[in-house]
Amino acid sequence: MGLFALRFDAMADVLTLTGVSKIFPTHRAVDDVHLSLPTGEFHALVGPSGCGKTTTLRMVAGFEIPTTGTVLLEGQNVADLPPYERNVSTVFQSYALFPHLTVRQNVEFGLRRKSATNIDDKVAEVLDLVQLTGKEDRLPAKLSGGEKQRAALARSLALAPAVLLLDEPLSALDPNLRQQVRLELKALQRRVGITFLMVTHDQEEALTLADRITVMNKGRVEQTGTPHEIYLKPATPFVAQFLGDMNWIGKMGLRPEATRISKTPTENSTPATIIHSTFLGNFIHIRAQIKTNETLTIEVSRFDQSYQPGDEVHLWWRKEDELHFQ
Amino acid sequence: MSLRRIFLLPASLVTIGLFLVPMTIVLAYSLMTRGPYGGQGLPLTLENYQRFFDPLYGEILLRSFWIAGETTILCLILGFPLAWYITRSGPRRDLLLQLVMLPFWTSFLVRTYAWVFLLRDTGLFNTILMATGIISQPLPLLYNHGAVLLGLVYTSLPLAILPIYSTLERLDYSMVEAAADLGAKPITTLFKVILPIATPGLRAAAFLVFVPSLGTYLTSDLLGGGSTILIGNLVQNQFTTARDWPFGAAASLILMAIVLVGLWAVTRNGEDVL
Repeated sequence: MGLFALRFDAMADVLTLTGVSKIFPTHRAVDDVHLSLPTGEFHALVGPSGCGKTTTLRMVAGFEIPTTGTVLLEGQNVADLPPYERNVSTVFQSYALFPHLTVRQNVEFGLRRKSATNIDDKVAEVLDLVQLTGKEDRLPAKLSGGEKQRAALARSLALAPAVLLLDEPLSALDPNLRQQVRLELKALQRRVGITFLMVTHDQEEALTLADRITVMNKGRVEQTGTPHEIYLKPATPFVAQFLGDMNWIGKMGLRPEATRISKTPTENSTPATIIHSTFLGNFIHIRAQIKTNETLTIEVSRFDQSYQPGDEVHLWWRKEDELHFQ
Repeated sequence: MSLRRIFLLPASLVTIGLFLVPMTIVLAYSLMTRGPYGGQGLPLTLENYQRFFDPLYGEILLRSFWIAGETTILCLILGFPLAWYITRSGPRRDLLLQLVMLPFWTSFLVRTYAWVFLLRDTGLFNTILMATGIISQPLPLLYNHGAVLLGLVYTSLPLAILPIYSTLERLDYSMVEAAADLGAKPITTLFKVILPIATPGLRAAAFLVFVPSLGTYLTSDLLGGGSTILIGNLVQNQFTTARDWPFGAAASLILMAIVLVGLWAVTRNGEDVL
C-alpha cells in the first residue's frame, strides 16, 4: 500500500468550509455553510434535490467559486483555485470516463498531468484495489456499470487526493448491485484511509456508509452528526422527516418502529382505529387513527398479521422515544 | 409488391434517374471523340483521359487541392470555437444555430456577388480606407487567390460548424470537468479530451467542406477572375466556351475518382465519415 501509506497520520481537519455561500443570478444555492472533515472520515451530504449539496461539493472540487466564505484544504484556502490546482478528485455521477481512452489510460491521465513517478506501479496498485486487473486495455464502452464505477474510482484514487469527492456514486447502478457496491465502497475507504465526501439523496446510503452525515435543506445545514445522532436525535423536524419516517402527534415526533400496538389497553396507551395495512415483505405498516384525528404509522413484523382494518387497538410508546423540537 | 418495396421505390427511381443515368451518359461522352465543330461521336477512345496528364492540367488540379485544403483547415479552425461557444451558450443556442444557417436563405450567387461589391476597387472596403486616408490607392482585394479563399471559407463555414456542433453537443460536459479535476489545464483538456472525442464531427466537417470546395467553379470565377483557374472552371469551360464535352466529361470523372479513392482511404478502418 505504498500509495496511501502517508494518509494514516491523524492530522487535524483536512477540509474546513467556513461561511460558504453560492449565489446564482436566480437563487441562493448555498447559504452560509460550515463543515469540518477530520482526515479519514467518510462524510455524506444529504438532502432533497435543490438543497445545495451538489453545489457545495462542486465548490470543494473547484467547479464553482464560492460567492463568500473560505474552503480550507490541508490548511490552505483553495476557494478561488481552479480544479487542476486542488488536491481533491471527483467521482462523477455519470463517471465521466474518457471514451477514447482505455481503463489504463484513463487512470494514467491524472498521474501524467501531475508528472508522477512510477506510473505503471501506481496504476497496477489502484486497479488491483478496485479489482479491475485484467481489464486495463478495455475501452469504457466495453465495461459493465459496476466496472465503470470502479474504473472512475481508480482514476481518482490513483492521485491519492486529500479528499475524494463522490457525486451520487451509486445512483447509476441497478438496485441489486447497489447493495454490494455499497459494502465494497465502505471497505475500500477504510483500506485507503482517504477522506471521502459523498453527495447522495438516498438516506439509506448515507446511514450505512457515512461516519458522519450533514443534512442540508434550502442551501443551509440543518444538522451534522453521526448516523445515530441524526436518526435518534434529529435537530429539526426537517431532519427527522428526511431520514426515516415520522409520526406527528402535535409537535411531538415518533418513529413508526417506536410506535407500539396492542389489542388491550396498557398504562398511558391511546385508543386508535386501524384504517389501513400495507404488506412490505419483511414488515407490515399499519395506519391507525387516534382520537385527535392524527394518523400514525406502526411498523410490525410480518409474523404479526392479526391486525385488520377496522380493528379497535391501543397505541403506546416509551417516553425516551419521543422527539421534541423547539 | 411488398409495402417495404413500395416505399423504397420513389427513392430508387430518383437515384437511378437523376444519378446513375446521367453518370452513365457522362462516362459515355468521356470515351467519345470530339467533332470538328464541337459535338461528339465515334470512334470510342481513351485519348480524353490521356490528355489530362498534361502538366498544365496537373497544375490546375494541384491548385484546386491546395485551395480546398486551405479552405478546410481554415473552416475547422474557425468553426470549432464557434461550435463550442454555441454548445455552451444555454438558452441562446437555438438562436445562434439559426444565425449560422441564415446564409442558406439567400442565393449562393447573390452572396458571392456581394463580396465582389465589398472587395472591388470602388467597393466598400476600399472606399472607406481611402476616405479615411489610410490608403491612397485601392488595395487589390479582388481577383486573386485570397479573394477565392475568402469566398470559399465564407460559403463553407456553416457546413463545418453544424457537424462539429452536433458532436460537441453530445459531449458530456462532466468529461471536461473530469479532465480539469485530474489536473489538466484548459489547453490540455482541449487537445487530450475534447478534440479526440469530437474527431468524428471534425472529420465530417472536413469532408463537407473539402469536396464541394474542390469542385467549385462559381466562387473562383466571380472572385478569382481569370487568374485562378480551378478544376471546376476547367470542366465548366469544356462544356461552354471550349465546346469539348468529351474532355470535360473525362476531367470530371477523374476528379470524382480521386475523391472516391481519398474517401475510401480515410474510411477503410471501418469508421464512418458522416
